[in-house]
Amino acid sequence: MGRLKTLTRRAFLIGSVAVTGGVAFGAYIVGRDPENPLLAGLGDGEAAITPFVKITSEGVTLITPHADVGQGVYHAQALLIAEEMDLDLGQFEVSPGEPSAAYWNTAMAEEAVPFKSTDESFAAETMRSVMGGVFKVFGVQGTGGSSSMPDSFVKLREAGAVARETLKAAAAARTGVPVGDLTTASGEVRLPDASTIAYTDLATDAAGIEPVRSVTLRDPSEWRLVGKPTQRLDIVGKSTGTTPYGIDLQIPGMVHATVKMNPRRGPMNGYDASAAEGMRGVEKIIPVRNGVAVVASNTWYAIQAANAIEFDWGASPYPPEQDQHWAEVDASFTEERLNMEWRHDGDVDAALNGAEVISAEYRAPYVAHQPLEPLNAIVRVDENGAEVWANHQLPGFLKMQVAGVAGIEADQVTFHNQYGGGSFGHRLEFENITLATEIAMQMPGVPVKLTFSREEDFCQDFGRQIGAARAKGVVKDGKVEAFDLQIATTSAVASQGGRMGLPVGGPDTQISAGAWNNPYDIPNQRHRAYLVPELAPVSSWRSVGASGAGFFNEGPLDEMILAAGGDPLEERIRMCTHDDARKVLEAVREMSGWGSDLGPNRGRGVAFVNSFGVPTAEVIEVTMTDWGIKIDKVFVALDVGTIIDPDNFENHVQGGVVFGLGHAINSELTYSDGIAEQTNYHAAEGMRLYQTPEIHVRGLENAEKIRGVGEPPIPPAAPALANAIFAATGQRLREMPFNKFIDFV
Amino acid sequence: MKLTINGTEREVDVDPEMPLLWVLRDELGMTGTKYGCGIAQCGACTVHLDGLAVRSCQVPVAEAAASNITTIEGLGTPDAMHAVQAAWVEHQVAQCGYCQSGQIMQAASLLEVNPDPTDEDIDNAMSGNLCRCGTYVRIRAAVKTAAKTLQEA
Repeated sequence: MGRLKTLTRRAFLIGSVAVTGGVAFGAYIVGRDPENPLLAGLGDGEAAITPFVKITSEGVTLITPHADVGQGVYHAQALLIAEEMDLDLGQFEVSPGEPSAAYWNTAMAEEAVPFKSTDESFAAETMRSVMGGVFKVFGVQGTGGSSSMPDSFVKLREAGAVARETLKAAAAARTGVPVGDLTTASGEVRLPDASTIAYTDLATDAAGIEPVRSVTLRDPSEWRLVGKPTQRLDIVGKSTGTTPYGIDLQIPGMVHATVKMNPRRGPMNGYDASAAEGMRGVEKIIPVRNGVAVVASNTWYAIQAANAIEFDWGASPYPPEQDQHWAEVDASFTEERLNMEWRHDGDVDAALNGAEVISAEYRAPYVAHQPLEPLNAIVRVDENGAEVWANHQLPGFLKMQVAGVAGIEADQVTFHNQYGGGSFGHRLEFENITLATEIAMQMPGVPVKLTFSREEDFCQDFGRQIGAARAKGVVKDGKVEAFDLQIATTSAVASQGGRMGLPVGGPDTQISAGAWNNPYDIPNQRHRAYLVPELAPVSSWRSVGASGAGFFNEGPLDEMILAAGGDPLEERIRMCTHDDARKVLEAVREMSGWGSDLGPNRGRGVAFVNSFGVPTAEVIEVTMTDWGIKIDKVFVALDVGTIIDPDNFENHVQGGVVFGLGHAINSELTYSDGIAEQTNYHAAEGMRLYQTPEIHVRGLENAEKIRGVGEPPIPPAAPALANAIFAATGQRLREMPFNKFIDFV
Repeated sequence: MKLTINGTEREVDVDPEMPLLWVLRDELGMTGTKYGCGIAQCGACTVHLDGLAVRSCQVPVAEAAASNITTIEGLGTPDAMHAVQAAWVEHQVAQCGYCQSGQIMQAASLLEVNPDPTDEDIDNAMSGNLCRCGTYVRIRAAVKTAAKTLQEA
């Protein structure tokens, strides 16, 4: 633990660099660090500059490299820098900056190692460190895996502190007042005689001196902004329709385009666009990849024309019918497809042998991402390179993808990251980007805005992995004596990596994520993950593996506890071996008044999942009404170590619960004739307001490491609901979406 | 074709069948009104015709020409927000924010016809507006705050 911190800190020698008219503070990545074996392969010249703070005479700009897809991360990143810089809200602009290898995300790599997040052994920490090094060497700038705050928490405060101390040094040099007599507040340096110098007035001076390299971060007790509810920087814009998303941008000379691609994702054998060619507003009809693009003066004209084209689509590269997909999943519980045995406590085979075994099978379907802003991108290609305007979570890879399509070098691609209208994993893929590039190459110099219709977005979505679980258990003396969980899913990681041309090796950490790492001490417990060969292409869907595996663990375990005659929450607490986990379970027990009488036709359920290092417990109360199940209340407690902004935190947790519940109840993606059967929100709507329960949130801060909150609230929602419905009705739900089996209000 | 949008007359030359949404966004560059689904399932494109909330993806521009059109840009501005927008800021409703123009236009229309809505009224009026981030708990609270503000005004 201590060793990792040392390495990480030493990887940053903070510095500053003169920019036009001002100064930029950031971090130099050290090319060679004798104590860090990860960097041994780098040459002396491989240092990069990563500016996080830019000051000119005009103002202060804070660089927030993690992409904002609604999680408020521009705001949270800016808070961390502003805290140490003594800037007030309103005294700076934020910018995502240019994509740079120097903005590598170390925290994102931590989830890629086969250790529990609670495992702080030397082996676990070494592997995390190695993976962090891999991300660093490849300069993986990414937003995902609830990693933005773990990645930023120290790094951005250090950048702010370096800027502050360097500005003080510049003021000292100008005035002759010793640095020790200077203070900072509200964007200015204050002198003992009560006079002040604004940071903006010190920009040129600061650019001319050696930056202060040794800084001390403030104690949390001194924080002015972090940990307090603050007004999000984007909240007024987003409440007045004035925040521009990628889809809203207008570049002079821009044309509008849409595409229709083979919905089976196979080849296009041919098409007849004769009916579309003469339609109003249509400028160009261009074959692209396995489909056709229509360029027009208005997106609606383009969509109308695309719908008028007749296509001859080739077959899907995967089985055309949904039943075939499930059959392949069911056939995957074999020795050959065993991907990893993640855990084996005691002797499960011996415990099951001859005992009365409780068995259950669970299923989690494909689900579409479908953020409300449809996929889009603006691309202009000319003789100098390509310029891209869009929202994306992997800006470095985006440049490589565009360069690959355009036949240019990645450094000839300029990317302007935009606010994203939701993602849930959707904006980790590149179809919109690369297709817009293909179209733009046919129209040199013209900015092409590509907008997917909602139907196209559904058809081309790479949904959540499909999977199933087989659970067996034995109970004895009122307790769960043995628990055996086998999970088989397709691989989001391999599917996504395959499209990006990245080799993916080793066990898939996501198949059993949120299941094998449960904190329960059961005498005999085993977790096996089976890899289903690729069927329909899939991708990371908010909380990734844990979105299914959390359900697979917490549903069957609930059945076993009840079979033993135990109380679902008290037994989880009794079996819990991890302090932070026990505390969130105890918190929801207290919040929900667990054990009190709910009255007739009502029931409570609980579930606990640790995903992305965040122990999360949820208790749900439901009522069986004449119109179906009504979800009354949700109580959720989780521990992210440090909460950056409690207001945004609460909103995010509530939203995560809604996301988890809505899809558990209402949503799946199924295939017929190789084509997605759900092509708009009427068929896959998630949750709407009338179904939304009261949601009570408690954030604990016992954990040592800071964690992100984007994903952890999702996995416990489905099993807590299924367990509550069982308590209210006696009906056990083992397959999502639940509305196939029971009515909801 | 002449349109009256936020009190200003605008002239466009488009297919009369073109939905108002696409006239606003791609012809006039008024992008506060969002495209989400195109089939009246998400509410992101909600605007007011003569004060009533409609899905602009379903209104041919020729039909809208007879009405006073209000978009999110006309409801209020960052410097002079409508009470509903102010409530949205107070409760910090937005996450990605892409649906919120439509939510706000729907809520403003609800409060225009029903100044003191019950929980059930709010559920009924607002359930056509999808929020994929799941900000519904705060939407409910913000509608109530806005109702109070408007009643006290």
